[in-house]
Amino acid sequence: MTLSPSAFIRGAGSLLAGLGVTLKAFFQPVVTSQYPRQLLKISPRFRGHTKLLADAEDPGKNGCIACGICVRNCPSGSIVRVEGEKREGEKRKTATTYILDFTTCSQCGICVETCPSDALGFSADFNLAGYKREDFVFDLVREFEKRKEAS
Amino acid sequence: MEKIISIMGWETAKMIAGLVGVLVFVVLNALILTWAERKVAGHMQRRIGPKEVGPYGLIQPIADAIKLLGKEILTPGEVDKPLYWLAPILIFVPVLVSFIVIPFDASLQVKDINVGILVILAFSSLTVLSILMAGWGSNNKYALIGAIRSVAQNIAYEIPLLLALLPVIMMTHSFSLKAIVEAQRGLWFVFVQPLAFCIYFITSVAETNRTPFDLPEAESELVAGYHTEYSGMRFALFFLAEYTNIFIVSAIAVTFFLGGYQGPFLPGIVWFLLKSYFLVFVIMWLRWTYPRVRFDQLLNLSWKALIPLAFLNLLVTGGLLKI
Repeated sequence: MTLSPSAFIRGAGSLLAGLGVTLKAFFQPVVTSQYPRQLLKISPRFRGHTKLLADAEDPGKNGCIACGICVRNCPSGSIVRVEGEKREGEKRKTATTYILDFTTCSQCGICVETCPSDALGFSADFNLAGYKREDFVFDLVREFEKRKEAS
Repeated sequence: MEKIISIMGWETAKMIAGLVGVLVFVVLNALILTWAERKVAGHMQRRIGPKEVGPYGLIQPIADAIKLLGKEILTPGEVDKPLYWLAPILIFVPVLVSFIVIPFDASLQVKDINVGILVILAFSSLTVLSILMAGWGSNNKYALIGAIRSVAQNIAYEIPLLLALLPVIMMTHSFSLKAIVEAQRGLWFVFVQPLAFCIYFITSVAETNRTPFDLPEAESELVAGYHTEYSGMRFALFFLAEYTNIFIVSAIAVTFFLGGYQGPFLPGIVWFLLKSYFLVFVIMWLRWTYPRVRFDQLLNLSWKALIPLAFLNLLVTGGLLKI
């Protein structure tokens, strides 16, 4: 270890500079978010599981016409079943069940793109955890009704 | 109370009261320092650190202690049992003895021995013995490598540590810690012996096995070094000893170089603790700033830089004192 005086001074200076960096950080505000207490703003383009959107003319009703195009287009076959009924005095069918198997869904968004009535969108729900596979088979119509009641 | 004192004699009663006080202080100090270290680490990385248990996470170390106490005392099958059992107990002896001679205040000292600093230095050498016992007794290669490193490191750094303290002893003509503090009434020795203070501080960080000289435990290479095989309360004893050692080396630095308990306005004990805990903070600050040194760098620093410098400092001090 041969050390010239100038190298020694430079080295000591760099050590002090390092201490300065950590001391500055010590007094700066924290940058972590305290997750369960404090949530970050979720980007509007965040892709959670798909959700049914409300009908443009009648916001109390979901916009799905149960045409089945999403079922045929889904590359993973995750949309298990879509059923609907034609109600009295209405021009179109309304979905009564929309079963999504979220365990195989890759959130590719093809169903959202192909939907002729723009009735599908992505939810921002990321707090998903369960003990069995069946916990992730969602009925999106029921989920829509729950959301409607909550709002 | 008076009856007890009359039976045992004043000195014995004082010693016992002192020992109880020391034990309480050791535990309290370790609790505060574990919390403080995590808080300092957090804020230096711009996190919060512990915050869930109690206000500002203050009760966190107590929760940790309860967890460690509740754990099963496990002895691995192939260990050298007497050594394995004795090591965590033995590491605690120097810690307790050192506190006896440290002057917290002008009158707050368990016993003012006239070779006080020798007692501390002699007993603190025991720490390395118990680390070696732990490493050898664990019958684990990581523990053994950690222990061997610790021995090499402590041998290398004990010499500059002593040599850095000697000039102060030469200046005060005393080994008594109290006399050394009293000699600094006018001027702290850090202004007279800045080089000795720097050498002492660097070596004391190495003596306590703290980053950047934490090769004996080096968690990224040696799992946990010499205490790899220890869990529960035995592990807690190693931890307790480490944090107490940090306080002791800071306290010695304060006593020798920073005027001990002396300072204006506030009572002596407050000054003493303020200065000591400031140095403890600096040691933590070093830990969260610098990476670990390589082993050859560690030994080169001691043998090629610190020891010659310490000798030079000693010679110059001796020469100046003679004039």
